[in-house]
Amino acid sequence: MTNVKTDREPLFRIIKRDNIPRGKAWVIRIAAVVIAILVGALVSAILAGGSAFGAFFSGLFDGVFGTPRRILNLFQNTAILLCIALAVAPAFKMRFWNIGAEGQVLMGGLGCVVCVKYLGGKIDDNALIFVMFIMSVAFSVVWSVIPAIFKAKWRTNETLFTLMMNYVAMQLVALSIFAWVPSGSGVLGTLEHGNFPNVGGYPYIINIIIVAVMTVLMFLYFRFSKHGYELSVVGESENTAKYVGINVKKVIIRTMVLSGVLCGLAGLLLVGGTSFTLASDTVDGRGFTAILVAWLGKFSPPAMAFTSLLYVFIDQGAKNVATGVGIGDAFSEIITGIFFFLVIGCEFFINYKIKFRPRKKKEENSVEEVAA
Amino acid sequence: MAKPVAVQMKGISKFFGEVVANKGVDLTVYEGEILSVLGENGSGKTTLMNMLSGIYFPDEGEIVIEGEPVVIRSPRDAYRYKIGMVHQHFKLVDVFTALDNIILGEEMPRYSVTEHAAELKEEAERPRYVIDNDDAEAPVKTVRAADTKAGRARLAVRTAMLPLVKFGKKLKFNWLPKRRGQKAREIAAKYGFDIDLNKKIYDMSVSEKQTVEIIKVLYRGADILILDEPTAVLTPQETERLFDVMRNMREDGKSIIIITHKLNEVMAISDRVAVLRKGEFIGAVNTSETSIPQLTEMMVGHKTELNIHRGDPVGCEDRLVVEGLSFTDHEGVQKLKEVSFTARSGEILGIAGIAGSGQRELLETIAGLQRPMKGTIVYHDPSTGKDENLVKKSPAKIRELGVRLSFVPEDRLGMGLVGSMDIIDNMMLRSYKRSIPVKIDKTHTVNIPLVLDRKRPRQLAERIIKDLEVVTPSTHTPVRRLSGGNIQKVLVGREIAAAPTVLMAAYPVRGLDINSSYTIYNLLNEQKENGVAVIYVGEDLDVLIELCDRIMVICAGRVTGIVDGRTTNKETVGLMMTDSLSAKDSEEVAND
Repeated sequence: MTNVKTDREPLFRIIKRDNIPRGKAWVIRIAAVVIAILVGALVSAILAGGSAFGAFFSGLFDGVFGTPRRILNLFQNTAILLCIALAVAPAFKMRFWNIGAEGQVLMGGLGCVVCVKYLGGKIDDNALIFVMFIMSVAFSVVWSVIPAIFKAKWRTNETLFTLMMNYVAMQLVALSIFAWVPSGSGVLGTLEHGNFPNVGGYPYIINIIIVAVMTVLMFLYFRFSKHGYELSVVGESENTAKYVGINVKKVIIRTMVLSGVLCGLAGLLLVGGTSFTLASDTVDGRGFTAILVAWLGKFSPPAMAFTSLLYVFIDQGAKNVATGVGIGDAFSEIITGIFFFLVIGCEFFINYKIKFRPRKKKEENSVEEVAA
Repeated sequence: MAKPVAVQMKGISKFFGEVVANKGVDLTVYEGEILSVLGENGSGKTTLMNMLSGIYFPDEGEIVIEGEPVVIRSPRDAYRYKIGMVHQHFKLVDVFTALDNIILGEEMPRYSVTEHAAELKEEAERPRYVIDNDDAEAPVKTVRAADTKAGRARLAVRTAMLPLVKFGKKLKFNWLPKRRGQKAREIAAKYGFDIDLNKKIYDMSVSEKQTVEIIKVLYRGADILILDEPTAVLTPQETERLFDVMRNMREDGKSIIIITHKLNEVMAISDRVAVLRKGEFIGAVNTSETSIPQLTEMMVGHKTELNIHRGDPVGCEDRLVVEGLSFTDHEGVQKLKEVSFTARSGEILGIAGIAGSGQRELLETIAGLQRPMKGTIVYHDPSTGKDENLVKKSPAKIRELGVRLSFVPEDRLGMGLVGSMDIIDNMMLRSYKRSIPVKIDKTHTVNIPLVLDRKRPRQLAERIIKDLEVVTPSTHTPVRRLSGGNIQKVLVGREIAAAPTVLMAAYPVRGLDINSSYTIYNLLNEQKENGVAVIYVGEDLDVLIELCDRIMVICAGRVTGIVDGRTTNKETVGLMMTDSLSAKDSEEVAND
């Protein structure tokens, strides 16, 4: 038996902690956001010289709160992102990995444009908006329910399925625009009909109100409805769901229909309430960002409202900084990257504790050596 | 005790978050003894042993081997100190043969290039011969290999070859010759293991797998063997065979630590018993100087009456008649073969069998979770007198028919409860479809659709917490955070609250401490007295014989017999579990 004394106690150990006080968890999260902003400032200083360090802070806040228009933009972008996040939340709560919100929203948008193209000017604008709503929801639901049916009936992998549907949706939109635009420029001009009216002289107000109402409704749905309860049981354990007699297939399909409805609504808000046009990149990755936002908010609609606001704040602020100090467009992506890295990374410190090797032993040894 | 000390654990503590798994445990293991580590579930036996075998690292305290404190950071380190552990859940590669599993992960003997190079250098600098001319003037000259050109060249070449030698050794080590495993076979023969080492693991029975694990540990040269609940999955006969092997190993001077919570086994096999309670070391006693009551008291902390009161069955009526039930799972394995039995009201029907003999499938089929190939399950409704065939009906449909069937599944948090939800929401699992009634006038009530009724589940949760003494911070604590016994109380409480006429419970006391186990037994007995047909799937034969009115034994999905719990004995049931009772004997048993 050889006693190899070179081994030592590990330098640090990672210990899982179950019950962190809420306050402490929030301190860690806020610290992560603060550090993220500081690191962002540091990076901008490295890229654009020392003076950019201060300019980063002012640019960040100026970009978001500088003018009423910017504040309105903040809430408008938050509303769209939150709407998509609300759409993916029920599916994710059910552990149905729907990463196809991008395509589902796009299809909703396509539904709107179809209405405007063929009914625009022929019927009253308010009636048109109502038809647009129906059509966009219908388009989105088709896109979301197909993977759900395949999953329920044949247990196909929903992740790959929904992902692929995104590309199909993009191609469909590109194709439709190609058919509608005779010039071949591939750019659909601004739609003249079916645009949401301004409220109090400002655009987007309707979007914000609709999403706020949806947030409350989704909160109630998750918390107090039988459907919400069923979908969380299915998500936690399919075996338990079967054991208590929940029809799992039905719940999967029903939840994805709900998801589709919300995606369709997001598509309507994007086309009818925001950009008044459609391109294959109209959704601009928000179908994926929304997943992140929903997850950070732990699928609780009020928390998701907060996380999407935070995301849009950083994104919009960083874009302003980029133009202010004259760094390229990619800068805002770097900043949001840093931001998410730290905010998601801090969850590790909420779930685990790091314990370092106690120093005591060494001191004892040295005392002995001295004594010897 | 004159025996030399094999290993000593001093002041060992281990914490998992706020949970104290071990606190200041001192344990000494002597050479050539069988030591039982006894304690209830959750008393920290396995955690303690995991620290000895390198799975966990102690937060406090030290492990001393041969008077030197040692650091065991991984199972590999543990093998270096000749400590090996057989875990409760076997860690074998299914598609490999037993032999390949045994030699898998074996470490190549250490070969250090730098050390060998240093050796060569030293060798070269040693004096080879002495030139001692007769000439007295010339000094005596010592010639070393390193002094000559050829010698230096030779040294350089040999040193340069060393990595290649190492590579060659590695190739040889990784080469699997056809006739490998001679050493493993010798070990098997030496201790009297009866096993074919060329068999694939997936073809093996549980006891054979366990044998492979033990040989694996011996093959790595372990002198201290730790066996974690080795008898939990064995029949009485297999247990006896294992004990024989353990005695052989003791004769050979090996130390064996057996983790268990079964007192009669402790008395049968061990030389000494170390008792843990709630992570703390209570004491160690020689088996010959102790008794079961004393050990129980050490384990539980107070004197306990461990008697199950078994009343005579009353008002027996056929409640559930199962006939010719066959079931094949989605992998095409036949799990149930022509199972027929009757569960009567007012009695407890026990189901015994080796783990995985089809117990789970049987209960799930009755509960409507699985669709059988053929057979009938007829339920006699006591209130209407009607018969219902439950086959191929979903759990929801069964409930709609008014069949009051409660089921405590084996997998509590994976099936019976939702771990992340609180007690109230778990109560709601059974009743969430009920709506909130709202009174409009004296005769009319309207149910609000879609909205959950949390009021009644809350009342139920509060009642169960009070009646069954569930220890929980609040009704809003996720059940995952509760201890095993409390989780089970919540589950059983909910199932009983549904006022069942048939109550099925699969391993309801698995992982529970003694007091909680007896609470569960009493609840089952209470249900029986209320005229419920209770079906109890258990693993502890002593309890089955003490608790049940009749015991049905199944082996590989087939019923091998139904015996009377009052007249049968453990040996008979054990033989029936492996279907080794001859046809004539089983007839006799059935006629008894």
